[in-house]
Amino acid sequence: MIGAQLAAARPRVVAALSRSFRSLDLAEDGFQEASLRALDRWPQQGTPRDPTAWLIRTGRNLTIDRLRKYGRETELPGDLAQWRASDDEARLAEAIDRGEMRDDVLRLLFLCCHDELPPQDQLALALKVVAGFSVDEIARAFLVRPKAMEQRITRAKKKAAATLKGLETPSRTERLERLQAVSTMVYLLFNEGYAARGGDRHLRLEVAEEAVRLARLLVELFPGQPEQLGLLALCLLHHSRRQARLDDQEHLIPLDQQDRFSWDRAMIDEGRILIEKALRKGSPGPFQIQAAIAALHCAAETTEETDWLQIDLLYRALEEMQPSPVVSLNRAVVVSKVEGPQAALRLLDPLAGPLDHYLYYHSTRGALLADLAHESEAATAYRRALELGPSRPERSYLESRLRELEDR
Amino acid sequence: MLYAILIYAEEGVFERLEPECQEEALEKHQAIQAEYGAKGGLGAVARLMGTAAALTVRQQGGSPVVLDGPFAETKEQLLGLYILDCADIEEAIAAAKKFPLETAAYEIRPIRWSNHPGASYDE
Repeated sequence: MIGAQLAAARPRVVAALSRSFRSLDLAEDGFQEASLRALDRWPQQGTPRDPTAWLIRTGRNLTIDRLRKYGRETELPGDLAQWRASDDEARLAEAIDRGEMRDDVLRLLFLCCHDELPPQDQLALALKVVAGFSVDEIARAFLVRPKAMEQRITRAKKKAAATLKGLETPSRTERLERLQAVSTMVYLLFNEGYAARGGDRHLRLEVAEEAVRLARLLVELFPGQPEQLGLLALCLLHHSRRQARLDDQEHLIPLDQQDRFSWDRAMIDEGRILIEKALRKGSPGPFQIQAAIAALHCAAETTEETDWLQIDLLYRALEEMQPSPVVSLNRAVVVSKVEGPQAALRLLDPLAGPLDHYLYYHSTRGALLADLAHESEAATAYRRALELGPSRPERSYLESRLRELEDR
Repeated sequence: MLYAILIYAEEGVFERLEPECQEEALEKHQAIQAEYGAKGGLGAVARLMGTAAALTVRQQGGSPVVLDGPFAETKEQLLGLYILDCADIEEAIAAAKKFPLETAAYEIRPIRWSNHPGASYDE
């Protein structure tokens, strides 16, 4: 029970401590020490009314004591050198300003998505610092040797630390920019967990769940921001299919062949309500549109009952808002359902250049050509897809499609 | 005499508990439902969705406004509750606006699970 409470409080506590001490390492250590003390005290004294405030106060005190003990008091920022929190919890809880906390958590997440860091290092840093994953777990999730992952995280921390120096309250525009960058990172994190790229399946599921929690945290901190509601809805709607996506051998099951009864209805319901809430704001954005598309897929009891026309309209809107060859590719798949494979192939032609190295371009093209009984062209497309580093489940899927073509 | 029992907890903690702990807690709930169900004394039971899905309707300057998030004031106290079956959140908002807004605010909390026949699904 206490373990769950500590994990839930971690992002806020580490964010507040990293602001106090301008250091990620001190913040992580401070949280660790405060957690140990909680495990020792809470069972006898009972859980404090505001566990987050208790952990922040205890983490601050223990860190200050530790720095003094080792004569490193000079590392304390001026305002903390005299700091001694009162034991009055209620007062402290009030002193933790909601707006300040919001900016602290946002800053912590924002420094993880430092633009000089490669995307995977951003995610590794967020998992380590914000979510409290061990280096070993992150290494296993990303299929990297633990030693190498350790070095990458250390390097990433150094880079990110620069952001901690700028502690002034962000302007409205800066805050929105940060929120956008952080939201993109959370979605990347979700996809990292969702992509069946091999590795420890249980851990990858936890990565996806962590992303859902972070998306939820953003909604809590910024209630009513339509894109953040959309992001949470999108993650939940995808995550609702987690049990149906892979078979026992970890083979990928395409959407139209999934057992819809194993989709998580509670998650779908919540995703649908969140997207309804977001769209009321009348300010649609890419996350909201993608969530609306996912909601339509989830609403259909069979593939045939899917509202493809509406999905096509949403993809058109997304193409306009965020033009990218990948979005056009997705739209082509939808067009194949509405107008047939021939029309979809016409949409794929202009994408041949930009998506030549994109696995799903070739696998989609293969499927459309197979539908039109152009077996040899389809086989060529599948073979090209196989050259582009498919994951284990993807590989076995492509190979089985290829065998089907040869058996025709 | 009917009694309402309201459940308070920090969000996101239950979901992080070990499955056995969650199971243990759910068994206690099921036992209470079975006990009172057997003697015909069980009213509606509902598990709410998280506050991310919450909205609040209240009066501001004489007209109803819809605010995001749960009801967060501390000086007001919970007076009562309704459980309504609505097609979507728009209908729930429209319903909330029909209540006497002069005297209270109305928090809308989508229900995740309920023992009531109108619930959208059973866990």
